[in-house]
Amino acid sequence: MTEITPPKGTGPLARREARLAWGLLLPTITAVSLVVILPLLAIFWISVKPVTLADLRPPEVTMREDLRGNPEVAGDEATLRYRLRNSSQAQPILGVGFTDTLPEGLVIGELPETCVIEAGVLTCEFGDWDPGARETIEIPVIVEQSYFDAGLGPRDDPAVVRGDASNVLTNATFTFENFARIFDGREFWSVLWVTLFYTVFGTIGALVFGLFAALLLNKSFRGQGILRGLYLFPYVAPVIAVAFAWILLFDPFSGSANALLIQMGVTDEAINFFGERPLALITVTVFEIWRYFPLSFLFILARMQSIDNDMYEAADMDGASPFQQFWYLSMPQLLGILSVLFLLRFIWTFNKFDDIFLLTGGNAGTRTLTVNVYEQAFALSNLGAGAAVAVVIFACLLTFSIFFLKFISREEGL
Amino acid sequence: MSALRFGYVAAPLLGALWMVTLAVTVAVAMSFATGEAFRPAMLWSLVWGAIGGAAFLAIRPRRAASALVAVAVVVFIAAGVGPVVVGPDVPALSRGICGLILGIGFAASTFRIMEDLSPGALTRHEFEGAVIRFLTGFGYIFFTAIVLIPFYVMVMTSLKNQSELVMNPLDFSIDLSKGWDLFRSYEELFRDFNFGTYMVNSALISVLTVIITLLFAVPGAYAVARLRFRGRAAFSRSILLIYMVPMIVLALPIYIAFSMTGLRNTFFGIVLIYPVTTIPVALYMLQGYFRGLPSEVEEAGLMDGLTRLAVIWKITLPLSLPALASVSLYVFMIAWNEFLLAFMLLDDPSKFTLTRGIASLNSSEIPRQHLMAGSVVATVPIMVIFLGLERFMTKGLTAGSVKG
Repeated sequence: MTEITPPKGTGPLARREARLAWGLLLPTITAVSLVVILPLLAIFWISVKPVTLADLRPPEVTMREDLRGNPEVAGDEATLRYRLRNSSQAQPILGVGFTDTLPEGLVIGELPETCVIEAGVLTCEFGDWDPGARETIEIPVIVEQSYFDAGLGPRDDPAVVRGDASNVLTNATFTFENFARIFDGREFWSVLWVTLFYTVFGTIGALVFGLFAALLLNKSFRGQGILRGLYLFPYVAPVIAVAFAWILLFDPFSGSANALLIQMGVTDEAINFFGERPLALITVTVFEIWRYFPLSFLFILARMQSIDNDMYEAADMDGASPFQQFWYLSMPQLLGILSVLFLLRFIWTFNKFDDIFLLTGGNAGTRTLTVNVYEQAFALSNLGAGAAVAVVIFACLLTFSIFFLKFISREEGL
Repeated sequence: MSALRFGYVAAPLLGALWMVTLAVTVAVAMSFATGEAFRPAMLWSLVWGAIGGAAFLAIRPRRAASALVAVAVVVFIAAGVGPVVVGPDVPALSRGICGLILGIGFAASTFRIMEDLSPGALTRHEFEGAVIRFLTGFGYIFFTAIVLIPFYVMVMTSLKNQSELVMNPLDFSIDLSKGWDLFRSYEELFRDFNFGTYMVNSALISVLTVIITLLFAVPGAYAVARLRFRGRAAFSRSILLIYMVPMIVLALPIYIAFSMTGLRNTFFGIVLIYPVTTIPVALYMLQGYFRGLPSEVEEAGLMDGLTRLAVIWKITLPLSLPALASVSLYVFMIAWNEFLLAFMLLDDPSKFTLTRGIASLNSSEIPRQHLMAGSVVATVPIMVIFLGLERFMTKGLTAGSVKG
């Protein structure tokens, strides 16, 4: 008699289920790896390349062809002219040449050495070209009647130009200058300090204000829904709209906030909120708090409303005062969501780019790491240096994420 | 702390603080509404607030105290020694309105705050209750003010013109006699700056993004939530990780790749990128919801001979319509508000989205009421959609992560 044992390994049903799961996930995985993983790898590649914005247009051979001499009747002489040029003043092009199908009805005269004709196709080879090199090919031709009958000029059938330019993005030139450049000097440390200040205070501020707002709305009264909707406005509105509203509001010359402060006697002269050194950083941090307190408020409120009410009733019976109830009952319950929110918001604030870019453009001591990516890559048109900053950001993020994953798996039981 | 727990200490203290809060609020509100000179007088506010607070303890019945305080505030403001100082050339009407609002507001709200305070020693409950009522009132005023003021400035600026704004930045009063002329900057925006096209572009791109995101995220979320396979836990974690990669880091290589392949300046390129930025968060939100659905219903469907895909289509999706609505709303919001990618990838004015269009208005040659009108145009649709579907939005945002 055979002994009955439980099945080993994965059975056919389980395998089918796994296959279906991967099938369902495949589109997402493909899309995400194409648009997230691939660019991330590209960032590492670019960061060790001496690449600038101008390199995005690789050097190429530009060419013009025309028929000179204005032939009018059959038998006229004319000149077929090709003018070629290396568009780059900095880089050579290798193996330059072109082929062109000649229009019908042209009797070709003497050819230059570099060119041959085979079955009505002109082929010219020029070899390697220095930066900025030019070449003009002139071929005398006699025009026949069939040329006029066909009515096709030399440009109607454009020539095919060849030439290999070395693209700095794909060749084997590497450099560590990008990293040397961004780590160089005090600038990097000031950028790092600004990022930390912005991230830490922006996160804590948003949490504290979110908690306060959630406490306000954690009771039912008429108009609670409206207020809740209203308090979410800063988060829901397009960042560009609210950023410009803030810029106008705090404008030193014609901003309402300054006018108000002067009228109330708080200050004698207008304050340049977005233009002075320590103040600008504080203002953008306040903007960050203003814009994102709704998010923490929403999450904290949701958690509060799921706390059982019996507990508070019991505490009331035992004589706990409202503050004691908050501190000893609510806070421990909220600690989980608060810490998850802290980590999430910490990472997101660290990643934030739009807000500071729109408010100050990274001037007046508000340049964070993310703004520095843009500054290096586009303002200074050094893509390599921008990518190097991005690599630094990514490294920081990886550290946070490991910490975060350890934590959230405990917190959420994922 | 315990020294404060006497009615004759707590009431004047809270009264004084509350009066300062209200005086600042009323002064700011009146300034913004009329553009005239209103200024809170800190010292007078403290003094009158303390006296008012004490009056609520001393005078019985409390309604009498309330009426007395209200009248006193009106009189003092008219006399120029009230909690709010009014400029000399402010018309009597505004002066009166200011006094009435502050007087009635203070009297009515302090009546509530001081509800169970008595002159002598207070229990912790009574004292903390009063403090909490004060803080609640302060919180409502504070949050409402900080949220409303920027939007108020945005709307009002769009209705004025440059010279009016420079002359008195506080004057947001609207000259109704201008009639439709008030909306001139909007008219110019749509006529000369092509905002109609931008709006259509934005709407189109956002709707496409929502559809594509759902097409990808629904099956993915279902697989993560319901099906057993190796690597499921790792996968559901890495979804969140993807969402933490900063956009600017991705935007740089995407910009390079798009420049070289000619995808820059095309709708196709934008529609290619936007959904990928939203798929992870949509997937995360949906899988949280799917997990909460009873699997027995689906198993019943399977027993009755439906395939897995038919189960998703006929059972899971109809059950999760609320979640789908909230995810769609959230994704729509992200796509509609997206700025960075639109800014970097679109250069051709005929293909601008609204956010990119507003960015193009930010120049010294274009008067700023146009900039604000553009901001209003971008903000209003998303606000209307959001307020209409706010219930879904709040539920959906918190669905994936909060467990009761």
